Formats: sequence, structure tokens, C-alpha cells
Amino acid sequence: MESVIDIRGLGLAFERDGKRAEVLRGLDLSVARGSFVAIVGASGVGKSTLLRVLIGLAEASAGSVRVSPRGAERQPVALVFQDARLLPWRRVVDNVAFGLEGSGLSRAERRAKARAALAIVGLADFAERWPHQLSGGQRQRVSLARALAVEPEVLLMDEPFSALDAITREGLQDELTRIWAKTGKTILFVTHDLEEATYLADRVVVLAGAPGRAVADHIVEAPRPRSRGDARDEALHASVRHHLGGEELRDGAGV
Amino acid sequence: MSTAIEAGAAPPARPRRRPIPAAALAAAGLAALLLLWEAVPRLGLVSATMMPPPSALPAVFMDELRSGAWTGAILASLSHYLAGLAVGAGLGVALGVAAGMSRAFEAATAWIVRVLRPIPGLAWVPFAIIWFGVSTRAAVFIIAVGVFWIVFFAAQGAVRGVDRDLIEVADAFGFRSARERLVKILLPAASPGILVGLRTALGQAWMAVVAAEIFGVAGLGQRMMQASSLLATETVVVYMLTMAALYGLFDAGFVALQRWALRWKA
Ligand SMILES: Nc1ncnc2c1ncn2[C@@H]1O[C@H](COP(=O)(O)OP(=O)(O)OP(=O)(O)O)[C@@H](O)[C@H]1O
Ligand SMILES: [Mg+2]
Repeated sequence: MESVIDIRGLGLAFERDGKRAEVLRGLDLSVARGSFVAIVGASGVGKSTLLRVLIGLAEASAGSVRVSPRGAERQPVALVFQDARLLPWRRVVDNVAFGLEGSGLSRAERRAKARAALAIVGLADFAERWPHQLSGGQRQRVSLARALAVEPEVLLMDEPFSALDAITREGLQDELTRIWAKTGKTILFVTHDLEEATYLADRVVVLAGAPGRAVADHIVEAPRPRSRGDARDEALHASVRHHLGGEELRDGAGV
Repeated sequence: MSTAIEAGAAPPARPRRRPIPAAALAAAGLAALLLLWEAVPRLGLVSATMMPPPSALPAVFMDELRSGAWTGAILASLSHYLAGLAVGAGLGVALGVAAGMSRAFEAATAWIVRVLRPIPGLAWVPFAIIWFGVSTRAAVFIIAVGVFWIVFFAAQGAVRGVDRDLIEVADAFGFRSARERLVKILLPAASPGILVGLRTALGQAWMAVVAAEIFGVAGLGQRMMQASSLLATETVVVYMLTMAALYGLFDAGFVALQRWALRWKA
């Protein structure tokens, strides 16, 4: 299968107080086009950093990173940040339309697309609000809508559902699965929740170590459509527990 | 503790005084000032030339109005004010934003800024006259210098203080050119700080108007100088109050505009 993301020997270090702090070293990862890959790992292992490299916000200090979307859209890759990062001076709908600017669409067309994306995350009625008038979870959903609105070929998601209640989360998980099945996007999904990972993804990649790298790669065999009941995957849980060597995943959910 | 509150009992009711509305307090303060001001010369504590009582002002004001001096002075000063403010604030925002955006630009101008910054607007009067003559352009120049730095530093600080996380949002969505960053993130994010600088400039510019007109360009400042050389202090006070009223009007208008522009803030 052709891969849309190819990472070979990725290393990344920060300069901190004159010292080099290595966050990632020798990280290898290929992601097949159209696949849904979950990334799990302890807090601080470098999951967000990995996504930042993939979208070009951080530069690798070693190795090679190739992201090769097929289409020629202006914005083939989009990132849902771990924190919502809405622009406070824009109304919700204009926050969601942000990534569409420069796409040649008229303002009315952009807003129409933004409203459609807001409807997906269940916030159609909030379009005209200011970000400060939303709850934390609502902001996170607007941020998700902002990434969906550009209809990216590759969607990078950094714990997008962690701030949500169980019902909303399950609704969005199903919505995301539906979008993925329908559009054939490639999704890279960071989460602390192993059940979420095995419910959504084809593959679960475990990052561990300091500096971090991919230590385990687990194929999720369960056929789709999946039901939540059989989401618990003993082999994966055992493997994660083994690799994290007692380090708990931050949220501890499902471990 | 002398009183024990029983469980479930309402707290002892305290007699509540109704708060006096702020507008009433402001009016009372102003009235008190006028009364005091009227009383001091009337009681003979100082002469009426030293401190013209407010009751003498309406007649003087009507004279000035009838002769056309008042209207002429106001129109002339307003045009200096607006032009000077536009030039000074426009350049201040533009260069301040540039200095906030670019380390290189900031470094290149650091010492130019240190040399020019401490020179007060008034000190530029001789050069203004040499360069522009006793003309509107000279007045505009002095007012512009008077407001430039306030706006420059406000804009620079506001742009420098923009949350890097928001700039990353623009980067992540492919808006990476300086122009896109500026328009989509830096200017809106810095607008609260820039507007604070502009509001200060609005007041500062009136001071500069007087300085700019003292050396002979027609306007409020010149009229005040003429009157004071004749010891017509009532006339001076009329123009002082005129300027205060104009400033109050502009400031109130600006605050309304500012509130609207920043309605997105919590
Ligand atoms: N700008 C930076 N400068 C220095 N160190 C940084 C910087 N950003 C992140 N780090 C460090 O890099 C490491 C990885 O951070 P990262 O945000 O990728 O972790 P994460 O796996 O996403 O964690 P979490 O699950 O808590 O979100 C952490 O140890 C963090 O302290
Ligand atoms: Mg993270």
C-alpha cells in the first residue's frame, strides 16, 4: 500500500537553557494512504511534537519526513491542535472559515462550508458567538470543525476529544469514522484513551522512551462497523503496559 | 462574635444605602469645582484677571463667536489636529508594527529611536519653521512628532506581545507570508494595545496643537497667545474650555468606537 506519510529516523531536539534536550530520536513511521492510525504514549513523550513536525511547525533535527498528499489543494494537511487556539476576534463561524481563505471561494461560500462543518460537531447554533462565550469542550469542537472545513486529505488530530463528555465524545467518534469512511482521508489521531484508539483506528502506534520513538505497532483486527463492547483489546493493552513499563498513560482511561 | 447565625436563618438584614449614580456624582463634582472657582475671585482672594470667574465667560464666548474668531480658530486647529494625528499616528502604527514584527528592523533602528525619542515636540519648532515656514505644514509636523512615539511604542509592544500560539494557527493553515500573518493575526491580535496608544495620542495631540500654533500658525493656540499678551484671561479660559470640550468629544467618540471594535473581548 502506498504511504502518504513517511518518517525515517526522525530526531528532534530543543535548545533549553543552552542545553540540548532530545525529544525524539530514530522515530520511523509510515502511514498508508487512507488509513486511520492512532498514536498513544505517555505525556511528554513527543506526540504533539511529531504532529507539529508533520504540519511544518517544528523542524526535524535528524532524519527525513515526507508528507505526500495526492491532491493539489491549497491545504492538503490540517491539524487539530491539542488546545483549541481559536482566534478570539473572530466569530465562531469565521474561525471555522479561517482555513478556507485564500482558496478562491467567496465569503458566502466559505461561511456556508464553515456552517456545514459546525453542524458536524453539533454547534450549528453557535455560529455567531464569540469564542469567549463557549465552554472549553465547545471550543475544542470548533477547532475540530476548523480543520474539517478545509477538507484536508491528511487530518492530524491531537487529543481532539479529551475535553469532552462521554456522550459527545462517542457521537464525534462515530461522526469521524463516518467522515473517514466516506472521504478516504488519512487520519493520524493522538489519544490517551486505548479504547478510543482501538475503536477508531486500523493501527495503534505506541511511542515511548526518552527520547521518544515508535516502540510498538499494533494492527486492530476488529471488523467495521465496530461496536464499543468489543473495543477492549487485551493484546494491545498488554503491549502498551509492557512498553510503558509502569508509566501510566496520563488519563489512564482503559489501561 | 456577638451574634451567632442559626442554621437556616437568613443573615441579619443590613440597612442598604442606595448607591448614588455615577453621573450624578460627576455632575456634583463639576458643580463644586465651578462654585469654588467662582468664589475665589469674588471673595477677592485673587484678582479677576488672575482667575477669571466662570460667570464672566459666556459674554466673552459670545463676543468671540460673533466676531467669527472662535469658529475660525476651531476650524483651523481641528484641521491641524486631524492632519497631525493622522500623519503621526499613521507612521507610528506602521513603523511600530514593523519594529514589532522584525527583529532586524528593530535592531537597525534601536539607536535612532534612543536618540530621537527624548526630544520633545516643542524642541522641533525651530526646525519646523526652517523647513516649512510658519505654515499649516509646520503645525502638522509638530503635532505628528508629538504623537508619533506614543503610538510607535504602543504598536511595537502590542505586536511583540502577540501570542505565538496564534501565529502558529496561521502557519498551520498555510498562511505563512508576512502579509498574511500581519493581516490575519498580528493586527487583530495587537489591536487592543494599538488602540490604547491611539487614545493616549488623541489627548497628546491637543497639547501639541497649542505648541504648534504658539509660534504664529492660526488656530486656538495662536488666539490664546494673543489674548494672554493682552491679559484678556477670560478669552484664554474660553479657549482652554473649548479645547477641553473638543477633547472630551473626541475621546468619548473614540471610546465608543474602541468598545465596538473590541466587542470580541471577554
Ligand atoms: N518549545 C519547547 N521547548 C523545549 N521543550 C519542549 C518544547 N515543546 C515541547 N517540549 C518538550 O518536548 C517533550 C514532548 O512534548 P510534546 O508536547 O510533544 O509531548 P506530548 O507527547 O504531546 O505530551 P502530552 O500527552 O502531555 O500532550 C516534552 O518533554 C516537552 O517538555
Ligand atoms: Mg501533546
